[in-house]
Formats: sequence, structure tokens, C-alpha cells
Amino acid sequence: MWDYTDKVKEHFLNPRNGGELEGANAVGETGSLNCGDALKLYLKINENERIIDATFITFGCASAVASSSALTEIIKGMTLDEASKVTNDDISDYLGGLPKAKMHCSVMGQGALKKAIADYRGIQILEKPGELICECFEVTDLEIIEAVKANGLETTDDVTNYLKAGGGCGQCLDRIEAVIESVKAKG
Amino acid sequence: MKTVYTDNNATTKVADEVIEEMLPYFGELYGNPSSMHTFGGQVDAKIVEARQRVADLINADPEEIIFTSCGTESDNSAIYAAIKAYPEKKHIITSNVEHPAINNLYKQLQGQQGYEVTFVPVDEKGRLDLDLLYKSMSGNTAIISLMWANNETGVVFPIEEIARKANEKGILFHTDAVQAAGKVDIDVKKINVGMLSMSGHKIHAPKGIGVLYVKKGFKFSPFLVGGHQEKGRRGGTENTVSIIGLGKACQLAKETLPVMNTIVRELRDYLQNELLEKIPGSSVNGDLEQRLPNTVSIGFDAVEGESILLLLDKEDICASSGSACTSGSLEPSHVLMAMKVPFKSAHGSIRFSLSHYNTKQEMDHIIATLVPAIEKLRAMSPFWKDGKMI
Repeated sequence: MWDYTDKVKEHFLNPRNGGELEGANAVGETGSLNCGDALKLYLKINENERIIDATFITFGCASAVASSSALTEIIKGMTLDEASKVTNDDISDYLGGLPKAKMHCSVMGQGALKKAIADYRGIQILEKPGELICECFEVTDLEIIEAVKANGLETTDDVTNYLKAGGGCGQCLDRIEAVIESVKAKG
Repeated sequence: MKTVYTDNNATTKVADEVIEEMLPYFGELYGNPSSMHTFGGQVDAKIVEARQRVADLINADPEEIIFTSCGTESDNSAIYAAIKAYPEKKHIITSNVEHPAINNLYKQLQGQQGYEVTFVPVDEKGRLDLDLLYKSMSGNTAIISLMWANNETGVVFPIEEIARKANEKGILFHTDAVQAAGKVDIDVKKINVGMLSMSGHKIHAPKGIGVLYVKKGFKFSPFLVGGHQEKGRRGGTENTVSIIGLGKACQLAKETLPVMNTIVRELRDYLQNELLEKIPGSSVNGDLEQRLPNTVSIGFDAVEGESILLLLDKEDICASSGSACTSGSLEPSHVLMAMKVPFKSAHGSIRFSLSHYNTKQEMDHIIATLVPAIEKLRAMSPFWKDGKMI
């Protein structure tokens, strides 16, 4: 059974800002069909670097759709500097929380936003920098380190909930554990 | 509209007749069937009747029926009994689309007890690679365990032929018939299986009761060691109420088997064909012919299963999905992956499993709900545009 808040359900059933955005001047994409969820975020940004409109198209479960919907609601009206500070926790909080195993849906929203802002500013984000740890979901050590630090993750389960890493064949769980340990060791 | 229940491969409604049969034994008739007094003895008499009814469903003899607590216990009991009977044989065979009750047990035996395991693969329609199966049978094989029918796709394995081959080679053959019982005709006198598992709650009996059929002559060792119950083959005081209920359910299942293969099959086909026709980018998972009459698994391109289920749930429709988000893991079900169902439809696979309680009106309600639900999800999917996959 779904352990979703009423707000998640409501945003899934009546998503805000769904669809492509005509005249968008920034786009950010994360996820893939194979991984089971994907989000394409469209932004319209004015000359003062303010987000005047935001829409999305999303493939995924109810919490992926709700996270996308929440993200667009949160960032509309923000300047890019403000928007760049939006985290996955903000998305989750907006929805009254997400089930632990679905935190990766909010992480996906944050990732798409980061990419859209970089797209607008003409910054090239290096695709998947670092060493590949999880082959099933294509997650690198640098992404794991970032998520562990930002969210205070402690176990491999936490990492799987946030990044999906380790949630496929499970062969990389030892390596994920080693990455977590290395972050802890560095304090 | 009341709940439309099309998740009968997960569990079934306990039949009214079954509840009626059980009720006195919840209350005043609480005696222990092992007792010497008449009060307990009348419960024992009812269990004798139930055992006969269960045996009749599969044309077994009553003494070949052992009551267990569930399908999983039946499966575990069968495999452990086999490896105990043939301690020198260190090879076991199964398929790669089995229920976890077999799959995980086999993996454990492989890892912890050094068994060599052959997981026979299936093709894209879920059909077993029979050549590989027959080639892997050897004098070192302790047991072959294969499901009669698959829970997710309903694909039926050629159990009669496999049983014949296993017998020719003198190898013990167990089949998990949890999904097949009550849906296909099972005759253990015709089909020569050594052991066969069934579960009560898949055939309108309550949860917590299972059956293991053990062919006469096999030296069976109990899984649960205890008292003399079940002739020493399964210790523990009998779950009298559920056994009595299961007996009734088996009697009813025998009567409704023809309905399953006519009315229920027609309803399933109607639902399937309407959905395929009205929803582009949809396809059936599994073989269309060798399939249970009540089951259809359909993959919808470019949408995700959990989202579909939630939209169905909103209209009080119960179904299930093989998608990652509903399987408890992050990957689609091992059955769909074993069939190499492409990701584009595996993530959006929905299983409808019917019973004789379903109606055409309910099928129409599902169709009327699902067609716009898929449209809605595709309208916001990045992989669907202008009526097709991108």
C-alpha cells in the first residue's frame, strides 16, 4: 500500500504545471526509461534572472510526478540564485514528506533544476564525473559522496533510497559502504 | 460502484459457503481432533471429509494430502524432503521465473550447502527452454521443481511432458501448483508428479492454509518435526477451521473449473482485447495460448506501473504491477526481466487476475478507467509524443 501524504496524492492526481513549455529558455533532464523514472524540466527565465514560468514532463511513479509538480510550484517566481539553493528536502517538505524509499524522486527534481540552471547560464555540467560505482543506475562515487554529506546518510539503504544506487543487482553494496566510510573518516 | 477485485492471483475472496462451513469450528466445536473423546472426534471426522475433498480436486488419495500453513511451507517441505531422501545427489533444477518460495530457497541451497543449481531460462513469451531442461537432468539431480503456472503472466508450463521425462530418468519432480489449482484440471493419477504444492487463499479459502501432495511410496521427512499429526509428516496441532474451509473451497473449485475455462476466460479475453484495441503501445506479456484462463499481464509503453495502479485504485479497481516501484525493489519483476520484456513496457506492466465473481460490467468499468488513465500519464511522459513512443 502507498504510504503517501494526502499532498503527494493530490499533486499526483492534479499535477501543477504539467506539459512542455513554449518559449522555454532553459531545460534540465534527469533519469532514463531504463531506470524507471525520468524528468524533463522547462523554465522561462526573464532578463532579471527570475523564473517566470516552469513546467515538467515526468515518467515515473506517483511520488516522481508529485515531486516534479511541487518543484515547479516552489521555484516559480524565484531568482536563479534563490532557485539554486532549493534542495531535495525542500521538495519533500513541500509535500509533507516522502516515504524513505521514494526520496530519490525528490533528488531527481533537484538534479533537473541544477541542470536547467546550468543550461541557462551556459555552464557545461560534466556528465557523471567520478568513478562509476553502481552500474545498474549509473551512479558515481562523487554523487554518493555529495548525497551522503548533504543528507547525513549513514547506511547503504539510505544511499539506495536517495540515489537508487545499490538497488538493482546489489553487487556494488560493498563499494557504496566503502564510500560512506571514507566520508565518515574525513569527518 | 463497489470494489472491482481483479487481483485474484494475489489472494481471493473467501467464499460465503466456505465461511459458513467454518463458522461452527471457530466457536462451539473447538475440540482437538487428536482427542479421544467424542467432542474432539467430531472435528476429526470433519477433517477426514476435508482431506477427501482436497484429494478429489487433484484426483489423489486422501493419505497423499498433507496440510501445511501456506504454499511457501509446502514448497520448502518438498525441497527439504527431496534433498534428505537423496543426500548423495547434489544437483537441483528449477526455472528462473519461480516464486520466491522456491527461488530464494534454491539460492540458499546453492550458497550455503554447495548445491549445483540449474535455473532453466524462459523465452520472451515466458516459455521454458525444454531442451536445456532435459539436457540438464542427470543421475546427480535430487529434484526438479517447476511451477505449473506463473503468477505474474499466467503462462503454463508443459507439466505433463516434463513429469514424463523426469520419470523416465528416475528424478523426483515437484510442482508448485499454487496458481494452477482451481484454474486448470489437475489429475495426479494422469500426470506423474512426486509432490505438488497448493495454497488455500488462492482458491477462496482463508490465508494460512496450504497443501502438499506427496505421492505414495516416497520416503518423506517432515519439515516441521513434532507430534503425530498428519501421520508424523507435519507436526503441530491442526488448523482445524482452515482445513475445513479449504475442503469446502476445493469442492467448490472442482465445480467452478468449467466456469473458469468458459465464462472467466471470455471475460479475460474481452478485457484484454478491448484494452489492446483502445490503447496504442500496449502488449500482452507471455504466451497467449498456454496461459491460465483468468490472467492477463499487459505492458503499456512509456508509463509507469505504480502511477497506473494509483489511478485505478482511485476508481476502486484492484490490480497489480510488475513495475519497479511496486515490486519493493528498484528493478522490474524478475519474471518480466527473465522474459527480456523491454524496459519501455516492463515498467508499465499491469496484471489483471480474475475470478468467477467478476462481471462484464466490471470489465467495462476497468476499460473506461484505464483508457483515460494511460492517456493522462502519457500526456506528461517525456517518452510519448503524438501517439507514439519517442
